[in-house]
Amino acid sequence: MTHASPAPALELAGLKKTFGPIEIIRGIDLVIPTGERHAVIGPNGAGKSTLFHLISGQYRPSGGTIRLRDEDIAGLAPQLINRRGLSRSFQITNIFPRLSVWENIRCATLWAMGYRYAFWRNVERLADVRQRTEEILTEISLLDRWRAPAGVLTYAEQRALDIGIAIAGKPDILLLDEPTAGMSHAETERAVSLIRRVSEKRTLLMIEHDMGVVFDLADRISVLVYGKIIASDTPERVKANAAVQDAYLGTEGA
Amino acid sequence: MLEIIFISTLNGILYGMLLFLMASGLTVIFSMMGVLNFAHASFYMLGAFFGFEISRYMGYWPGFVLAPLLVGVIGMGVERYGLRQVHRHGHVAELLFTFGLTFVIQELIEMIWGKLPMNYSAPTALNFPAFEIFAINYPMFKLFGLSVSIAIFVVLLAAVKRSRVGLVVQAALSHPGMVGMLGHNVDRIFMLVFGLGTGLAAVAGVIAGPVLVTQSNMAALLGPILFVVVVVGGLGSLAGAFVASLMIGLLQTFAVACNLSLAGVFGQLGASGALVAYIGDIWTVTVAQLATILPYLLLVLILIFRPRGLMGTRES
Amino acid sequence: MSRVSGSRVSAPSLNSGRVFTGTYGVWVAAAVVLVVLPQIFSSGLGLTTLSLMGMMIIFALSYNMLLGQTGLLSFGHAVFFGLGGFITVHMMNLVEADHVPLPLVVFPLIGGISGLVFGIIFGAVATRRAGTAFAMITLGIAELVASSALILRHAFGGEEGISTDRTDLVQPFGITFGPQLQVYYLIAAWCLASMAAMYALARTPFGRMCNAVRDNPERVRFIGYNTQTVRFMSFSLSGFFAGIAGGLIAINFELMSSTQLGAAQSGSVILMTYIGGVGEFIGPIIGAVLVTYLQVTLSDVTDVWELYFGLLFIGMVMFVPGGIAGLLMQQRPLLQGRQLHRVLPYYGLALLPGLAAILGLSLVIEMTNQLTVHASDGPAMVFFYVPFNANAPLPWLIAVILLAGGTWLFLCAARTTGHAYREALSAARMRRETA
Repeated sequence: MTHASPAPALELAGLKKTFGPIEIIRGIDLVIPTGERHAVIGPNGAGKSTLFHLISGQYRPSGGTIRLRDEDIAGLAPQLINRRGLSRSFQITNIFPRLSVWENIRCATLWAMGYRYAFWRNVERLADVRQRTEEILTEISLLDRWRAPAGVLTYAEQRALDIGIAIAGKPDILLLDEPTAGMSHAETERAVSLIRRVSEKRTLLMIEHDMGVVFDLADRISVLVYGKIIASDTPERVKANAAVQDAYLGTEGA
Repeated sequence: MLEIIFISTLNGILYGMLLFLMASGLTVIFSMMGVLNFAHASFYMLGAFFGFEISRYMGYWPGFVLAPLLVGVIGMGVERYGLRQVHRHGHVAELLFTFGLTFVIQELIEMIWGKLPMNYSAPTALNFPAFEIFAINYPMFKLFGLSVSIAIFVVLLAAVKRSRVGLVVQAALSHPGMVGMLGHNVDRIFMLVFGLGTGLAAVAGVIAGPVLVTQSNMAALLGPILFVVVVVGGLGSLAGAFVASLMIGLLQTFAVACNLSLAGVFGQLGASGALVAYIGDIWTVTVAQLATILPYLLLVLILIFRPRGLMGTRES
Repeated sequence: MSRVSGSRVSAPSLNSGRVFTGTYGVWVAAAVVLVVLPQIFSSGLGLTTLSLMGMMIIFALSYNMLLGQTGLLSFGHAVFFGLGGFITVHMMNLVEADHVPLPLVVFPLIGGISGLVFGIIFGAVATRRAGTAFAMITLGIAELVASSALILRHAFGGEEGISTDRTDLVQPFGITFGPQLQVYYLIAAWCLASMAAMYALARTPFGRMCNAVRDNPERVRFIGYNTQTVRFMSFSLSGFFAGIAGGLIAINFELMSSTQLGAAQSGSVILMTYIGGVGEFIGPIIGAVLVTYLQVTLSDVTDVWELYFGLLFIGMVMFVPGGIAGLLMQQRPLLQGRQLHRVLPYYGLALLPGLAAILGLSLVIEMTNQLTVHASDGPAMVFFYVPFNANAPLPWLIAVILLAGGTWLFLCAARTTGHAYREALSAARMRRETA
């Protein structure tokens, strides 16, 4: 990367979040260049999901800044951040249970494709929407289940759908919160290849506990412990980092 | 003038306390079970009618004791056999169930007692003026009602904050699942709380019956105001319900005593014509006439400027 | 009509020929039915009932835009219905007084626009909250408007209401709209147009997002939409259609009174929509037709018909939350898998004790009614053509046996029927997969 490179996809500076007297995020500085696959790991309770909530707009920071391509987005409502090209999936599957699989994805494409609150156009006639929905469903391997109500899918299928909803709007920056949680070995492998495919040419920020997935996918890893990043480097160097081994890898093991 | 203020204050506090007796049960039921009991005012009405009916044969005091107990038992039955079944269909279904209950209770009362007001009179033991102030007699019964409401409020506060049962209830208020896992029979707690809440509403009924009026439209008149109280106070906040009850009680009582109107202050409108006739309605309306809609105006204002309510803790 | 608020999806490849007969065919059939109905039910009462049904269909469908489609439970929907009606009568009177050449057919639209305007005004306040708080806010606003109606006597006519004359407008083609038949066709035309409009609305990007907001309002934000905006638009548009229904009622009865924007009217539309079924487009239509029919006929048979309604409503909330339409749709997979014949005998078996129980309950209610409301008439009464005394022990005994026995047998039969249904369902599924 040269010095004339464009602004990083995400830049966090001195990010803080307190709930009452408790400080969950205690000052995070992080720069994620465009196109990088970045993993955030750390013990439970470190604040990883809170970090995602801050970036995606669910929570308002108590201090510090969040810059999305050099624009300050701290405190913006989630939909405003999403419209700027940042999308996320959820640790606890967060889909539309009564809508069909097709509908779940289709709804996620509508804003990005410019249809907004249009109440004068028949959504079934929008060829571009149908094409994109089909594309995404094929990507997440759920095309043959397009009719099923999302609530009856298996757990792994729902996780895939959750990711599908996140990518349907073709975001530049993708936040995945424990995408392989609860999956079997085979399901995890499929998920990893899916994530690799969809994060090509995009910036990926991923929370994960599965070290195999992390070392497989990530260009860089940040280790979050008690609301602070204690290391942020390439996988090999993080593995070798003594402080990390002490705080995390040493006690848990890969 | 001064006597109006004094009497209105007493009446306003009484009315506010009656509202709080109902709003407290409603708030606790909502906080614990997540369902807003639309039929709460109907239990208040049942209390008044049961109290009246019992008082016809046995006098006021047996009615005062038995009616709330009876209504509390009915409330427990409603929770056990009705609400609990509906719970699995979601919050909307629960709300609609209690909404339907309002309907049915009103129809039953109208069928059995009719639509005219009942002659529910205060007990003779209390049917004398408590004191005379500025040449107006303030009935002892109202003072009695006031003291009973305040006493119940104090007991409730102590029970919830100090007793062991109160602690469990407080815990179940925010974490019913966890309380269940600690070995408490959450289902039974819910049933008892619902019974207690409806029983309290019935107490308000046996007090309000002789003071206000005992008629089959009691619930329809008071119900919406009750919900304004809980929304203005903040859904799920007992303290908020207390403040809002007193606020609305005093507001309405004072408004009824006030015959001010824009016409009274600025004089009649000189012009005539069709449009003026419409505006004329607003111009000549007195504050007393507005008393019925004041709670709703307050609701709209709160929603614009402080949507969570005065002391709201929960986003529902 | 196919499900819209459920999982009706476009197949990845559309057979356009089938779509034509499938979709448009239903609407053509509906139009034909609407045209033919008054020829079948041509009596005065029949026409009035049909007219009322038409208006209530629009009203109930507009309510389901909120409840079934967007997940918003409103207790004050009659406000838009009533205000639409009041503005319509005022406009009609104004137009007649000033001889403005505006024909009657346009006036429901005026009602609709009024409903839309008030929907926007009240929606801006109400949609700030969701769920239970929203329901309470709609209740508060409804009470505010209803109470104001009694104060603003010139606008709302006090106890007498505001009246108008629908035949006093300019009459193109010589149609006076005096006879009920002509008014019926006016209502039927607006009903068809409104149904089509609301159906189409549900299949727009906005309509799909309403469903998404209903299912998961939080996630909606993360796919780019402002949940409150979606709810606000839904609220306003439902006010529009409720206003159309209000305008039609103003035209039909030539009178608007403040009860029509009150709690009873709001409750009535909730009842209709829920009994019909909130999960299907056709649900509110079924509910409106059924409840209107019952309101018209039952009130002649018994004076506590409202109690029956309340009990029916509670029963449906507890046991049949999908409403009648939901119940019918549950038979659909059986029909498609040709397994319906397996369950029909069970349904019949469960129906008999169910009817007995209802009969017992009704007997109790009617006897209580006779002894309380009609106490001055004495205890003699007639129930289904059988005369007896309400204070005799035998009828009470029979009633209790019917009620208790019928309920118990029904519960047993229901359990068996449930088993039979599940078996038939899996058989139907297997048939579809191997077909």
